[in-house]
Amino acid sequence: MPNAAPTLRLEGVAKSFGPVAALRSGTLVVQPGSIHALVGENGAGKSTLVKIVGGVHRRDAGTVELDGEPVDFAGPAEAKTAGVAVIHQEPASFPDLTVTENIFLGREPLGSLRRIDRRAMRDGARKLFRDLGVDLDPDRPAEGLSIADQQIVEIAKAISLDARLLIMDEPTAALSAVEVRRLFGVARGLRDAGRAVVFISHRLDEVADLCDTVTVMRDGEHVSTDAVADVTSDELVRRMVGRAVSELYPKVPSTVGEVVLRVEGLESTGTFHDVSFDVRAGEIVGLAGLVGAGRSEIARAVFGVDHYSAGRVVVGGRTLRPGDPAAAIAAGVALVPEDRRLQGLVTESSVSRNVSSVVLRRRRGPRDEGGVRGEGREGPARRRLARLGILLPDAEARLARDWSGRLSVKAGALDAPATTMSGGNQQKVVLAKWLATDPKVLMVDEPTRGIDVGTKAEVHRLLSTLAAEGLAVLMISSELPEVLGMADRVLVVREGRIVSELTRAEATPEAVMRAATPGASAEQASGGAA
Amino acid sequence: MRTHARPWWQRALLTREMLTILILVVAWIVAASVVQGFDGPLTITYLVLDVAPVLLIALPMTLIIGTGEIDLSVASVVGLSSVTFGLLYQAGLGLGVGLLVSVLLGAVCGAVNGALVAYGGLPSLAVTIGSLALYRGLAVGLLGTTAVTGFPESWTDGATENLGESPYPVITLGLLALIAVFAVLLHATPFGRNVLDIGRSREAARFSGVDVKRTLLILFVLSGAVSALAGVYYTLRYGSARGDNATGLELQVVAAVLLGGVSIFGGRGAIHGVVAGVLLIGVLGSALRLESVTVNVINIVIGAALVVSVVAPRIAGGLRVRRRNPAVGQGT
Ligand SMILES: Nc1ncnc2c1ncn2[C@@H]1O[C@H](COP(=O)(O)OP(=O)(O)OP(=O)(O)O)[C@@H](O)[C@H]1O
Ligand SMILES: [Mg+2]
Repeated sequence: MPNAAPTLRLEGVAKSFGPVAALRSGTLVVQPGSIHALVGENGAGKSTLVKIVGGVHRRDAGTVELDGEPVDFAGPAEAKTAGVAVIHQEPASFPDLTVTENIFLGREPLGSLRRIDRRAMRDGARKLFRDLGVDLDPDRPAEGLSIADQQIVEIAKAISLDARLLIMDEPTAALSAVEVRRLFGVARGLRDAGRAVVFISHRLDEVADLCDTVTVMRDGEHVSTDAVADVTSDELVRRMVGRAVSELYPKVPSTVGEVVLRVEGLESTGTFHDVSFDVRAGEIVGLAGLVGAGRSEIARAVFGVDHYSAGRVVVGGRTLRPGDPAAAIAAGVALVPEDRRLQGLVTESSVSRNVSSVVLRRRRGPRDEGGVRGEGREGPARRRLARLGILLPDAEARLARDWSGRLSVKAGALDAPATTMSGGNQQKVVLAKWLATDPKVLMVDEPTRGIDVGTKAEVHRLLSTLAAEGLAVLMISSELPEVLGMADRVLVVREGRIVSELTRAEATPEAVMRAATPGASAEQASGGAA
Repeated sequence: MRTHARPWWQRALLTREMLTILILVVAWIVAASVVQGFDGPLTITYLVLDVAPVLLIALPMTLIIGTGEIDLSVASVVGLSSVTFGLLYQAGLGLGVGLLVSVLLGAVCGAVNGALVAYGGLPSLAVTIGSLALYRGLAVGLLGTTAVTGFPESWTDGATENLGESPYPVITLGLLALIAVFAVLLHATPFGRNVLDIGRSREAARFSGVDVKRTLLILFVLSGAVSALAGVYYTLRYGSARGDNATGLELQVVAAVLLGGVSIFGGRGAIHGVVAGVLLIGVLGSALRLESVTVNVINIVIGAALVVSVVAPRIAGGLRVRRRNPAVGQGT
């Protein structure tokens, strides 16, 4: 293997956007028959490197070789033709096309009379989904797909290209363990067939599980490349962050208070059924389940952006008006939604506009009448962003600066549009925007999707501390260790129903997965119920 | 982290709005040196009097286009309000009552548009093309081909007289006040943020607690009310209430707003740019009129300017992206 040319060789590749050096010196050598991990903090330049290989960006300097041949792609189509398939971090599908059409766009199989062979296309899509072990209707439009499902469509598209080099930029960020396992199976199959795979992830256990080689990047530069077996996770973290990250899930003990959020018999035809649960002050409740189980839909209905056909949501003793997010916000409810690009951020707007966007327009509600918690009340959220209805730009900038600092947001400037930030940094802005509202109930849907290990620990610490101060947290995460590490209680959702409630002690990965997986017998599923 | 990516003078000067202001200044200088009589004292007076209705309507239109919607029924509301005002005068009612009723009627017209767009979920283009025909039909139906004339001189003078010895009409003060109100509304209030956020990402705005439907309804009501106010002004300015008053005025309004740098796709725009856009159209109009160019040709010029203002940013944007990144073209 060493004498054969590597499938991909990058050396000293650089890329700047105006004054921002996104990539200073990208170096990456990927051998055929290898799965190569690329890790680094948010904003380290991983996606930029990937986009250069994928023909999305043009490099400013450096060399890129495929199988020993120097290449310089003028566009994604050229890269595709050259045998490079890329799963980009932010999936971008065409909403008006069906899932199948998205997968085969631009290379539809032709039948007799050079007409598009729809049957072959649909069968192809079905087979891909079967290999990935997901249940996705190939004929549904891409519009309204969850982030995880969009990710699946991207994966299917990239796999079906049958490329010599497959690059996956955080493909697992929204997937739960079951889908991840399937994806890894597919990746290993490609490796064994002699293809080269590049895998980007902030989940280091996945790196250890799947990859043979790992390259660390930091501040746009190559730091190290090693065999996975030769480095510990702690060592990788130290190289990425420049310091040791002590504990990933520091749970602060808290006293659980009265019920803050009560959901009673919530019902939405075809999505979820008879959903009832409480979240108490000071408590972190995890919603676990497979992709598509209905967790996000439940949170969206509680927040009021989606409608429900029956049931009610009570916050602090008052029933919320259904379908009215402003009322929920006024009552102190916050939702960090799963899709940061479409739901979480106005990506065209600046960092500071996004951070302040809820605080400054929040309707006066019962929240404003008196303090509830200690530290948080004097925090930045208490600051007024408007006087007599007129915005105060300085106060807004201060709020944005405070929260960007607390969550170590890395961006060119506070007035830089969110589109110019790396994926993880965008996610931090969504968190900042909602934490800045000083909520009473915080619902987070994949809160750390794409966030690096250092900041992830910081987010967990923050959530834990806020809970200890009396915040009620409902946490949806497909990353099981995150849920199990943080939650006081875990509710397992399967096919739109809450099928099991586990205490922190009972909530082992096995118990959760058993309850979450359809097909497990009823006895098994309820085995862990409290 | 820095607060701003660029120094203040770049942020102030290198904007789309500044380009319109620059073009306005150039157009003014060219017109003053080429067109006979353009630099006469009456030019300013007539410019203000002529652009007043377009300027008034362009203010709420900026907000509506800012959300990515459009209101094409504005000129018909002008006509309907003109007729209403005329009939009320004929019925012996005073200026105040006539004004109030006309503006309220305009607000109702806007509310109908807004309800269909916001709560009916219909595209504003279709809704307001429909109501363009409907409101104009009502206006012509109410008054036929006749006109109400003979308004008291004290009323009509108010619409046209100058401030003391200056060349500026009295209405300039009202126009400035309204410009200020809309500028503050769009640029310095949470409501203005809602407007542009809706234009940039309706979904994200909803997830931030913006009541998208209510915001749209308010904007269409504003548009109707201000258009009706413009209708009353139009009636007094020309001393004649007719059903076909201001036919086709929506073209000038939309052209001025887009020339002023507001994106037809929503999410982007500033009041000072729009004011410059309105004045630019006014200057073109009066220069061409002084050259005895026909109304038809003036409309051709305005239409061309409209097309250019929509196409130019796309071409410029495309070129800029291409220069920075030859790889673009396939999306992302
Ligand atoms: N279009 C752009 N304009 C300006 N700056 C950009 C642009 N794209 C990326 N950057 C900057 O380049 C840096 C690297 O971004 P990149 O997306 O490559 O990071 P990343 O390693 O993929 O991070 P993450 O783990 O968060 O996905 C970031 O600081 C980002 O702000
Ligand atoms: Mg990235």
